[in-house]
Amino acid sequence: MASALLPDDSRFGLRRQVRLPGPLRLDSGAALAPVDIAYETYGAMNEDKSNVILICHALTGDQYVASDHPITGKPGWWWRMVGEGKPIDPARYFIVCANVIGSCMGSSGPASVDPASNAPYAMRFPVLTIADMVRAQAMLLDHLGVGRLAAVIGGSMGGMQALSWPTIFPDRVESCVVIASTARHSAQNIAFHEVGRQAIMADPNWRGGDYYADAQVPSAGLAVARMAAHITYLSEAGLTEKFGRRLQGRDAKTFGFDADFQVESYLRHQGLSFVERFDANSYLYITRAMDYYDIAEDHGGSLAKAFAPSKARFCLVSFDTDWLYPTAESRAIVHALNASGAQASFVELSSPFGHDAFLLECPELNRVVDGFLKGGRA
Amino acid sequence: MSEEGLRPDLALIARTVTPGARVLDVGCGDGALMAALRDAKQVDARGLELDASNVAAAVGRGLSVVQGDADTDLTYYPDASFDYAILSQTLQTTRRPDLVVEELLRIGRQAFVSFPNFAHWRGRLSLLWGGRMPVTRLLPDTWYDTLNIHHVTVDDFRALVKERGWTIDGQWFLKGDKETTHANANLFAEHAVFLLRK
Repeated sequence: MASALLPDDSRFGLRRQVRLPGPLRLDSGAALAPVDIAYETYGAMNEDKSNVILICHALTGDQYVASDHPITGKPGWWWRMVGEGKPIDPARYFIVCANVIGSCMGSSGPASVDPASNAPYAMRFPVLTIADMVRAQAMLLDHLGVGRLAAVIGGSMGGMQALSWPTIFPDRVESCVVIASTARHSAQNIAFHEVGRQAIMADPNWRGGDYYADAQVPSAGLAVARMAAHITYLSEAGLTEKFGRRLQGRDAKTFGFDADFQVESYLRHQGLSFVERFDANSYLYITRAMDYYDIAEDHGGSLAKAFAPSKARFCLVSFDTDWLYPTAESRAIVHALNASGAQASFVELSSPFGHDAFLLECPELNRVVDGFLKGGRA
Repeated sequence: MSEEGLRPDLALIARTVTPGARVLDVGCGDGALMAALRDAKQVDARGLELDASNVAAAVGRGLSVVQGDADTDLTYYPDASFDYAILSQTLQTTRRPDLVVEELLRIGRQAFVSFPNFAHWRGRLSLLWGGRMPVTRLLPDTWYDTLNIHHVTVDDFRALVKERGWTIDGQWFLKGDKETTHANANLFAEHAVFLLRK
């Protein structure tokens, strides 16, 4: 095997993609083969491979955690956390971030070609779970020659993967950072996702998911799904502060259904810009995986039991204005970790930004993550 | 960090804890005692703290600290999961101090409890001559903004210990940063530290 230390190893760097033979056995019983995984790495592995951090992305995130996005040109989605002088510093850590399977940024998903038919899978792609995403990440780490993770870290759906890691691979995780996340999807979480899925499937362009052959994609449905979801990422106070009842580029109401209000215009923009970078079928598959997520359910109803085999240190962070995955969800995880005797830290941070706070400016979050990762070592 | 920088009651506790013990520090603040125990005595320390910025500071120094409330969150810790449970300068701020100590003694094999002695002569004089609730160097807050909602004296605490049938394994009394005599502690001690077991 090539030395992990060689800087010119073609497995390492930005915009990498690998086709692994698989098969990947999925929770549904189906098998996925081959398994394409698109990923980026930052920094270099040290001699004893003890500095590897896996970052897991959220529902509509991707592997471009700290490099410019190829479609939008925007800086990486977690540039505030990852980079030179940041808590997750490539000078210190070897950082891996992979596109989850089911997504559409280069990893296997509904838009990928099904080798059985030589056509896109579309809705013939197998239904996935969060655990399946984690197992695919483990296959990638095997390929990269990584055994143990110094840390696995993620926010929102990334937090679900991070929290699942020590329950599936207890011997491969030394520490685990879970931000603005939960141990299971609630009825309310599932309900919001169902609204989004129904919006996509109600779009006449969706056509049962077989829309890849022509340029007619269900963008109206996907945009509505994104708009509805986006509201759940913000807080009422945040929306009021940002938009209030202010009108958009006009002095008076039009007595019509144009985007009179700034908040309408903002949401429409969010919806429209999203469809340029995301596949509607991927949105169906990933939201489904999140809805199926319930760590305790997979361990006889006991969350504490799920963590018992792991020796990992845990750090959980919630935000006081996050009503999508509220603090109570993180507390439930902490109580289970306490019951299992795990080393756990937890803090609820204050932010006006709701669920999205983990992506935005929050010096306290950086301080907590930095201190936790260093674990008291200078 | 050594025990030199610690508050006197914490330094006393740090000296007494056996090396390598498992410790739960309830109301751990920014983790000063935990860090000292970890660094000087290889103690496996966990903390519980109400204030978010204190928790952030403690986690920032690599400690395992959970944001939570002594009155409600101790119930989630298993029986006898620690050698020591520590409650320093927090007893008088809890809603039900007696139940909190019960929980400490359930979770820890032994429990350290330290608190300011509200029967210290200075406080007594202030109330006797001034007729006002004492505001002193040690109790600097006024009656309306103090976090201390259960004013306890050394003798009150001893009576509680006796009533509940707990055992006192050690007791220390402080005046300033010096240990002081057990005689008339209820009058002369500014702070008390008790080591209890069930």
